[in-house]
Amino acid sequence: MKKEYRTIINDVALPYKWALGRTWTRFFDGLKEEKILGTKCLQCGKTFVPARSFCPDCFVSEMEWVEAAQEGTIVTWTLVDAEYDGQTRKPPYVIALVKLAGTDCCINHYVGGIDLSDLKKVRQKLKEGAKVKAVWSPDKKADIHDIAYFAPVR
Amino acid sequence: MGKSVAIIGTGQTRHGRRQDVCYPDLVKEAVEAALEDAGITLKDVDGVVLGTMPSMMEGVSSTHFYFAEAMGSVGKPVLKVETCGSTGQSIGHCGFFWASSGMADIVLVVGSEKMSEGDGQATMNTVFDPFFQRTFAAGAPGVFTMQSMEWMYRFKIPEDKGREAAAMISVSNHDNAMDNPHAHIRTRVTMDDVKNARIITYPVRLLDVCPASDGACAVIFASGDKAKKICKKPAWVKGIGFRGEEFFYGESDKAIWMSATEAAKEAYSQAGIKDPLKELDVAEVYNPFTYQEMIFYECFGFCPRGKAPDYVLKGTFKKGGRLPCGPSGGTLCTNPIGATGLIRMAEAALQVTGKAGARQVEGAKLALSHAMGGVDQFNGVTILGSEQ
Repeated sequence: MKKEYRTIINDVALPYKWALGRTWTRFFDGLKEEKILGTKCLQCGKTFVPARSFCPDCFVSEMEWVEAAQEGTIVTWTLVDAEYDGQTRKPPYVIALVKLAGTDCCINHYVGGIDLSDLKKVRQKLKEGAKVKAVWSPDKKADIHDIAYFAPVR
Repeated sequence: MGKSVAIIGTGQTRHGRRQDVCYPDLVKEAVEAALEDAGITLKDVDGVVLGTMPSMMEGVSSTHFYFAEAMGSVGKPVLKVETCGSTGQSIGHCGFFWASSGMADIVLVVGSEKMSEGDGQATMNTVFDPFFQRTFAAGAPGVFTMQSMEWMYRFKIPEDKGREAAAMISVSNHDNAMDNPHAHIRTRVTMDDVKNARIITYPVRLLDVCPASDGACAVIFASGDKAKKICKKPAWVKGIGFRGEEFFYGESDKAIWMSATEAAKEAYSQAGIKDPLKELDVAEVYNPFTYQEMIFYECFGFCPRGKAPDYVLKGTFKKGGRLPCGPSGGTLCTNPIGATGLIRMAEAALQVTGKAGARQVEGAKLALSHAMGGVDQFNGVTILGSEQ
């Protein structure tokens, strides 16, 4: 018989206090007011959501605030059906990359408001280019979950 | 390229669930094997490089302190390099830089992970920023699956065709792992097993996904002059490439994947490779996910964009095919992440020196090895050859 050696069980839990800085504080304050704020680079003209303090392409800080559309299209998605420690939602659920109209990048979020029991129907509904819009949480805490999820638009 | 450098020895542990050893002993197992393979002792080593995943994986930070004795770094200069999944390639590159600079003759490079001790997906999730992406990430599978879906949409790859090709990749990697005594998962699977396995992140299923492994790998780099003196058959570093891209996942085009494409291009240009499918004899592509492996084939120029499933279904990348990929069984069957990219490099070295045993691709002279890290963010490629 193979000998099993002992293991010691322990947890490492560490507290953190993450600074949002000026740009991301304003972005999250915007969510609380049901506004999705982005920044537009004055050099290349690209609009980024979430807002950035500098243009990731041009490396310049000359950015102007813009309010982004709350509707967009699905670029890609997946249905998560596996559990892991620290997960905020119980599977199954759908995550997606959503490109808000008029912006030049995608954001990660949940897609909700759909019946997940039939995969074929999910697949038909969540095609690339499918239109979705932000659904707001009734309870807002100025964080990313102020948007509850994106829901398909009929 | 700087001065020429060669790999003169490699060592791997038996990978898998290694609760029979503590973490430093696992590292020592790989280091001992590499020293023996190179026919040198620790006294000959001028510097040591270590790489792992983020410390949360095993809950011990800055393990180059912890492993000082196990990796023989006491009294020597030591570096730790971390680029998430691409760590193995990054530390290999670091070994190359060190020996190539003329500051060291022999450099010992060690990659390790002991994933059975922590929670892989929870650790991987800490790689995402805490404000925007972390809660929507679903660890590595979520990201890599969304990328694969984006790729299939972009090139209009029918769902069934993608599924069929991905299943074939799983079957052939599992078959190959049977030839590799170091591999973690050594079981044959059928196409139906793969297609009916439980869903992880749709359409990716359990057998499309790598295991979480314990394992370590050590590779010894030597300056060209030293290698010629002490090694009968070194594996020469012909080219290296590494590229990173934006942090926000939704900002760059992952169906084309600049970092993978450009890292390979850079390595090919150094190695003088113009037609990789024709010139390479074997490739060890970092393939934790079957669907994603096909994107790499396209980025590395093994086939045109959007055509990887056709090439896979033709058997191009299988054992005996035009360009065998992952004769070791790949990342899909063994993934101690901090070691994985270095295992790809070690396997490539074994292939071009004819030391790969049952998994040897006959007559292999030129090999590609690769690893990917972060939120699809980094890619590293190393080309090894039998000739200087």
